Amino acid sequence: MTSATPALRVEGLSRHFGSLKAVDEVSFEVAPGSRHAVIGPNGAGKSTLFALVAGALPATSGSVWLHGDDVTLLTEHGRARRGLVRTFQHSSLFLTATARENVLLALQRRHGVQARPWGAVRRRRALLEEADAVLERLFLHHRAGQAAGALSHGERRQLEVAVALATSPSVLLLDEPAAGMSPADTQAFREIVLGLPSKVTVLLVEHDLDLVFGVADRVTVMQLGRHLLTGDPDEVRASDAVQKAYLGAEDTSELFVDEEGA
Amino acid sequence: MTGWLDAHLVSMVDGVAYGLLLFTLAVGLSLVFGMMDVLNLAHGTLYLAGAYTAYALSDGSWLGLLLALVVGLVVGLLGGGLLAAAVAPLQGRGHLDQAALTLGIALIAAEVMVMIFGAQVLPTAPPSALARSVSVLGHSYPLYRLVFIAVAGLIAVLVYLAFERSSVGALVRATVADRDMVRATGVDTRKVLFGVFAFGAVLATVGGVLGAPIIAPGPGVDDRVLVLSLVVVVIGGLGSVRGALLGALLIGQVQTLGVALMPAFAPFLLFGAMLLVLVLRPQGLFALGRA
Amino acid sequence: MSATSSGMTPAPAPVRRPFPVRTTVLVGVVVLLLALVPWTFGAFTVATFTRALVFAVLAMSVNLLTGVAGMPTLGQAAYFGVGAYTGALVAIHWSDLGVLQLVLATLAGVVAALVTGPLAIRGRGVAFLMITLAIGEIGFSAAGRLDSVTGGTDGLSGIPPVVAVPGTEGLVNEGLIYYYVLVVAVVAYLAVAMLLRSPFGLTLRGLRDNEGRLRAVGYRTDSYALAAYVYAGGLAALAGSLWASSQRFVAPGDLGFEVSALALLAVIVGGVGSMWGACLGALVVVFTQDYLGQLFSGHAPLLLGLLFVLAVYLLPKGIAGGRSQWRRLFPRERSQEDDEAVTPV
Repeated sequence: MTSATPALRVEGLSRHFGSLKAVDEVSFEVAPGSRHAVIGPNGAGKSTLFALVAGALPATSGSVWLHGDDVTLLTEHGRARRGLVRTFQHSSLFLTATARENVLLALQRRHGVQARPWGAVRRRRALLEEADAVLERLFLHHRAGQAAGALSHGERRQLEVAVALATSPSVLLLDEPAAGMSPADTQAFREIVLGLPSKVTVLLVEHDLDLVFGVADRVTVMQLGRHLLTGDPDEVRASDAVQKAYLGAEDTSELFVDEEGA
Repeated sequence: MTGWLDAHLVSMVDGVAYGLLLFTLAVGLSLVFGMMDVLNLAHGTLYLAGAYTAYALSDGSWLGLLLALVVGLVVGLLGGGLLAAAVAPLQGRGHLDQAALTLGIALIAAEVMVMIFGAQVLPTAPPSALARSVSVLGHSYPLYRLVFIAVAGLIAVLVYLAFERSSVGALVRATVADRDMVRATGVDTRKVLFGVFAFGAVLATVGGVLGAPIIAPGPGVDDRVLVLSLVVVVIGGLGSVRGALLGALLIGQVQTLGVALMPAFAPFLLFGAMLLVLVLRPQGLFALGRA
Repeated sequence: MSATSSGMTPAPAPVRRPFPVRTTVLVGVVVLLLALVPWTFGAFTVATFTRALVFAVLAMSVNLLTGVAGMPTLGQAAYFGVGAYTGALVAIHWSDLGVLQLVLATLAGVVAALVTGPLAIRGRGVAFLMITLAIGEIGFSAAGRLDSVTGGTDGLSGIPPVVAVPGTEGLVNEGLIYYYVLVVAVVAYLAVAMLLRSPFGLTLRGLRDNEGRLRAVGYRTDSYALAAYVYAGGLAALAGSLWASSQRFVAPGDLGFEVSALALLAVIVGGVGSMWGACLGALVVVFTQDYLGQLFSGHAPLLLGLLFVLAVYLLPKGIAGGRSQWRRLFPRERSQEDDEAVTPV
């Protein structure tokens, strides 16, 4: 399972803010097609790590590898063009554009027509059909003509993923997708993540452990900017070090309740 | 070297006076933007109102100047309060609406002032005790400008100390850096809006009263000083008192010494300086907040 | 009506008309009405209409940046001026052929925007506004100083009448000049409308809505900001050439701060982001300035200032900004809520 080139590899990645080491020498690998989650208590450096991987923040040291290529020096849009595409923690959409246009913005870039000043977008049948297919996958087809600003919170998170998915990413980075979601929305979102195409590798930075243990096949735990452990969900659940990280030495049985029966 | 210095001394001193005058304008513009996120395009109007006040009330006596200062202060308070009240309902509607509104107010005020004072430039005399020249290192130089440099310099130092050293200043700086954080600590941002607006406006009108003998009131002066102070703010960085001071002094020199040295490039110097700063430091020389 | 994910209804096929019939008819009717202007009004009013049309093209340029791409500008008068002087110089020294003047003026505007644009787009929002303001001021001072090229503060006069069709007489009649400007303005409007519907138009709206997100899906956003700036610069220069042809006189005042400010006013009055709104706004602004200004013995700035203030308070979305705000102003019993998604064009 580890013999293949990892879809994403992080090597000794660090980011310092003055004397604060927000991310400190973190290394781990994400296997192709995996559903990999990064968890950790508040202040563990998850968000900074996410920004470093996405290219939104330059690293102090270390490197990021995408399918065996060093992408450390690429900008955010450069990485996006290589297939490393992120979503945003607080829904970041084109609010006055319709849901369909949001997806189209990603699609037209992929098709290389984003700078073409002629020919109505509305008459590009192939693009439109592809956009509607993406929306349908995210259960948003019935909202295609609505302005993104008019969508509900949960729908915006879905559209957020739709826009990222439309770029045809090989690695999809999800930044705390369940933040601010109701339990029902989170449950629905879980279905969406599980329904993503299996060839897309997913790296998920998430607070909500229900969601993480419901979708992830691999989990990396961070603490105080450091990499603590990477393993499969059972290993992580059983780990003493993880329990300590989350609650000091307390019992963590409540933290890792099975979400079955919800 | 001393010969060069000697030849351009007058320009340089002029530049200091000019720069300090710009500071009284730019600091209000910069703080209102940095703190409240409001771009006040009617700021030049306040200077002009102050300058007209000086013209109307100055009769060459000290009392006339004092009266003009008091009236200018009141005009500034009223103008600032009015602008703050006008802008308050637009909170959260974006910069464009605020810019449009204040531009509209500036147009109206400019026209009203033309109706009252006419369309010509009105040279304003300083108090007669200061309306003479003195000899500085062998150069004849208007006494009023030297006094202006002293007074405006004092104002600049006081404003600087108030913002860099006092607790109110700390609050202001904190607001520039992180508005939401300050709001979360329970500070009434509406009060702060009015306070900062009024403070900036009073500085601008007082600057107008004192500056009238240097930049005389007339139509178009409001636009001119507005553009100059915008350049100062861009150079100094939005929301920074120190940046406004250094930016103003720099622009003062560019406008006087620069023009004396390179008359052919006069129209390009000001904005050349600004563009240069933008290329080297897009956030301005002393930016605290990010635009 | 909480429909999050459970909905399994088939996607309703989006209704797409093959051709925007209603819009086309509307544009046709407006053009027809505009074509009737010289038959209906006297020379003074026709001249005012001419200026309004030129100003409408400039307003579209400002709107392309401010309303569509979300980059508020106060410097478009500089490119307007580049176009006006280029058009005038071509006319005086080389050819009185309109097409040639228009093309060369537009090219000059494009080049000017290409050179200055990289500086302007270093800022966004208010910083962009301030830089463009400075660029406008440079243009203004340069026009007054470069005596040998621009005629200095005296301006350029002696521009020969523009020839619309090769081999015909130059246009001196007020009505014919109006038609010349109208034709070019309509072509410009249609070109801009096409641009807005195109993928690039969608890109610009994305830039306005959320530049960070656009970057995250792989756009080099600075390139598109620059492209918008260049298109807008060319369009402003085109308007400048029309100005030179119709006024037959160009002076530094034509590219002053006031011109940029009034163009921005036209956009705000018309409705930020809407092209027909910008054109209508230009009409309102020019008639307020030239017409009402005369009626009220030259207090045009006062009226324009009032217009600014009223527009911001009463019509926050401009004339074109949807009916809801009009209804709030003039309440009627029939309150049929229809917040249609506003798609600019």
